[in-house]
Amino acid sequence: MHIAEGMLPATYAIGYSVVASGFVAAGIKSLSNKSKEIPMIKQLTGVMTAAIFLVSLLPIPVPITGTCSHPGGTPLGAILLGPWITALISMVALLFQALFFAHGGLTTLGANTLTMGVFGGLFGWILFWGMRRLKMNLFWAGFVAGTIGDITIYLGTSTQLALAIHGSHPIGEVFWFIFGAFLPTQAPLAVIEGLFTGFVLKYIAEHRPDILVMLRVLPKSALEVGQELHATAEGVN
Amino acid sequence: MRRSLGKWIILFLFLSILVFLGTSDLTMPGQDEHVNGIADKYAQEVGAGEREPYINTDRGDLLLFVFALGGATAGFIIGYNWRDIFGKPSAPSKYQIVKSSH
Repeated sequence: MHIAEGMLPATYAIGYSVVASGFVAAGIKSLSNKSKEIPMIKQLTGVMTAAIFLVSLLPIPVPITGTCSHPGGTPLGAILLGPWITALISMVALLFQALFFAHGGLTTLGANTLTMGVFGGLFGWILFWGMRRLKMNLFWAGFVAGTIGDITIYLGTSTQLALAIHGSHPIGEVFWFIFGAFLPTQAPLAVIEGLFTGFVLKYIAEHRPDILVMLRVLPKSALEVGQELHATAEGVN
Repeated sequence: MRRSLGKWIILFLFLSILVFLGTSDLTMPGQDEHVNGIADKYAQEVGAGEREPYINTDRGDLLLFVFALGGATAGFIIGYNWRDIFGKPSAPSKYQIVKSSH
């Protein structure tokens, strides 16, 4: 979701920006630390930034509701790169969209970074690892993280807007009014985002499992067992 | 053969949906615009409200141009690096043998 330019009163716009900048700063630090340990992290960060920029600008038609909306892409980013780096790259993607694509705004950049980059990424990441602890496989853990992470973005936006612009109306009324407007279009897209997240993780696991091990998404043992079976299959042992 | 048939079915469904949408009366507005429109009524009451972006590219075909350019650039970055990162299978790429255990 892109909250439009000027939609937030100044105090809320500044407040959300201050909170978001804390997460962005954590993202810069995390990227700096990880780039010392993981050689291809910058390349992967570039790919994820471009991917988040692209999918969060892609209006996908939902024929049932007769409207278009876009996925977030941040749950996948958080699973692969971590939630802090995801906050940073979301801010970069949203900045370009606000500057040149008439999507979002500079005064709402902090609020949009918080919802898409922090809520979507952080909740997606927490859900993914929660599901993995429950022994769910990679695809389904990604599916749950992508689906609920996407909905979380819109829960976050509805909360932000309700807090900032409810005026004399009850906060709950404004929240449900806005969230209710999101849900019919966003629910099917959340399922698509879940499937996308699951399939990308499955694809990487099948083609370059070493990357998932390097990013600590899979344990080292996954690779060792794979190597043993590979060797056995080729008749080396 | 089955995979190839599946691809054709997906392509057919995709094109069918496009034909349906293109020939229907649906206006297909963006959800963000729709919700911003709803939120704007509340925002006006507290002295805020939607206003034009500082750099407004939503003028005629200019927005189409920047969307096409942005999409192509992002696609190029993803494709170039994707091939570099995922194009070469690593030695222990037999993960699929053990994927059921993860």
